[in-house]
Amino acid sequence: MTSSTTPELPKPSPAPRNAGERRGPRESSSSWRLTDRLGLALAWVLGVLFCVIAVAIVVFLAVQGLRYLHPSLLWTNPKVSNTQRGSGGFLDPLLGTLIVGVISLSLAGPIGVGIAVWLVEYGRPKLLARLVESTVEMLAGTPSIVLALFGLLIFETKVTGFLSAINGGIVFGKSCFIAGIMLLFVALPYVVATVREGLQAIPNHVREASYALGKSKIATIRRVLLPSVRPSVITGSMLGFGHTIGDTTIILLLMGDTQVLQGVGHVPLLGILRGTGSTMTSYIFDNAPTGDLNHPQLAYAAAFVLLLIVLALNLIVDIFARRSRELRWS
Amino acid sequence: MELTQMESRQPPPVRRLTPGTTLKSWPSARQPASVPAPELGQTPAQQNGTPLVTTKRTEREIVPTIDRMHVDEVSIAYGQKLAVRSVSLPIRQGEVLALIGPSGCGKTTLLRSLNRLTELTRTASLSGRITLDGTDIATLEPTTLRRRVTMVFQQPNPFPMSIFDNIAYVLREQARRRPRKGALRPAVEDALARAGLLEEVKDNLDHPALRLSGGQQQRLCIARALAARPEVLLLDEPCSALDPQSTKVIEDLVVKLREEVAVVIVTHNLQQAFRIADHTAFMYLGELVEYGSANALFGNPRQQRTRDYISGAFG
Repeated sequence: MTSSTTPELPKPSPAPRNAGERRGPRESSSSWRLTDRLGLALAWVLGVLFCVIAVAIVVFLAVQGLRYLHPSLLWTNPKVSNTQRGSGGFLDPLLGTLIVGVISLSLAGPIGVGIAVWLVEYGRPKLLARLVESTVEMLAGTPSIVLALFGLLIFETKVTGFLSAINGGIVFGKSCFIAGIMLLFVALPYVVATVREGLQAIPNHVREASYALGKSKIATIRRVLLPSVRPSVITGSMLGFGHTIGDTTIILLLMGDTQVLQGVGHVPLLGILRGTGSTMTSYIFDNAPTGDLNHPQLAYAAAFVLLLIVLALNLIVDIFARRSRELRWS
Repeated sequence: MELTQMESRQPPPVRRLTPGTTLKSWPSARQPASVPAPELGQTPAQQNGTPLVTTKRTEREIVPTIDRMHVDEVSIAYGQKLAVRSVSLPIRQGEVLALIGPSGCGKTTLLRSLNRLTELTRTASLSGRITLDGTDIATLEPTTLRRRVTMVFQQPNPFPMSIFDNIAYVLREQARRRPRKGALRPAVEDALARAGLLEEVKDNLDHPALRLSGGQQQRLCIARALAARPEVLLLDEPCSALDPQSTKVIEDLVVKLREEVAVVIVTHNLQQAFRIADHTAFMYLGELVEYGSANALFGNPRQQRTRDYISGAFG
């Protein structure tokens, strides 16, 4: 097309060979002071110890769980019985876990993304932004028993009566709905933190590129920023989900802690959501040797299943965290 | 003080040119102002016998120019700090205007004021007037203005979606009814063709844009900017993150594009400015020191500061 010449450039020097490989002897700690060497040894030992403990827990649960876990447990309803054989399986707690997890996630996801977007993209006035930020952080540090007590307080009022059973004008205040709503506060900080980090990692020139094409701020957020942080949203949601299904106190206080899902009224799904039930954690709690039912074999089996679910969630988080690192601007 | 010293110095001995040397020192003997600008396509050096830049201008057809924008006595300040001081410039379709100058001289700020991107900086304030086809840009909606004056950035920044969607994003208005993919396809392909990218990507329009090479990404960004059918295209050091081959492709593209849009390019690379610009503006410490045709500015600068900068005395 044109005959212009580009200026000749010096040839790039060849890349150094064995780049990244260590050359020469390692720095030895033998020349260090004794206290430094002891410190290093201690750090090393503690690190290994930590791994050993973590592995021990998993192995213990796996061994115990596999010993008592029959596939039929997964699709049998719990029954009231004095023997472990006769107590049925944990289908209802498994479904309960799924139900409260989905409820809390479908609330925490949109709310968390909204808060994160507001914090990063707007954040004005600054004082309010700081307040919101510290509130979310405080929420992450609040013991869930406090949240549960607070939940008891608000959900026993008439206004929120439609969320649980009403008997003779008295609001019961315990249901899958209510537990799910309170668990929103457990999941929320993880969603906010992860999405916020994801948004902050987007270079400013990407936003400006969108503005420079005549796009409004809201179009930029909707069409550029939110698609960019999709992996972060998934990661944060899965982290939140993991913590939601691991929570026990809110379930015990706000879900009624009945072994089976006891629906209210005649509407099929809504009735179950308004009714009481239990989750894997409360099922384990009740069946543990110190619990009301004392069926340790079932507790081990359920704990193993719960562990598998959490590990699977972590795997998903890992995959999406890696994917979000893959496609990046220079 | 330095300037007077330089002027009184004897002309430097003629040195042998070596490839890779970018700038040659300038003979201190001043040329009379009446020396005609060199012909297009030649290095300005040939007229004086001492080359200034060792590069040839990109070949171009001479096209009629249309006045698009006027910068009129524009000053821009960040808080108390004045970044651009009373700059006036015409911006014409049919021309590439290069803004050159050392870092921090205000050239990027001036460029960003042309589509009111400076307003995103809270502390920035602007005085003076910028017009687009006779209308004061301050009276336009920022989104309307930025569709007519689009911009490409230093870092290639395609959006994390498919190649097709990167362009379609620009074409879709903020309307309730979103046009179907098929309806947008001709416009998307047209934009890619204008940026010279269509041949390379036409079979992979649904591939993620971030998997393209750096040069392709930058051409995608140019295609994206062209898809809005702007009157003015702003380029902020578009090649500084690219390799020489990709740079050449983009330079040729820019020279060709000036026939349909007014092009303003900020560049650190004097060679590049000389290769592609029709007019060049040299800025220093926020001031517009010299504005003129690229041949005149590189061949025979009127100002001593321009001469010093171009000859590598500072910068």
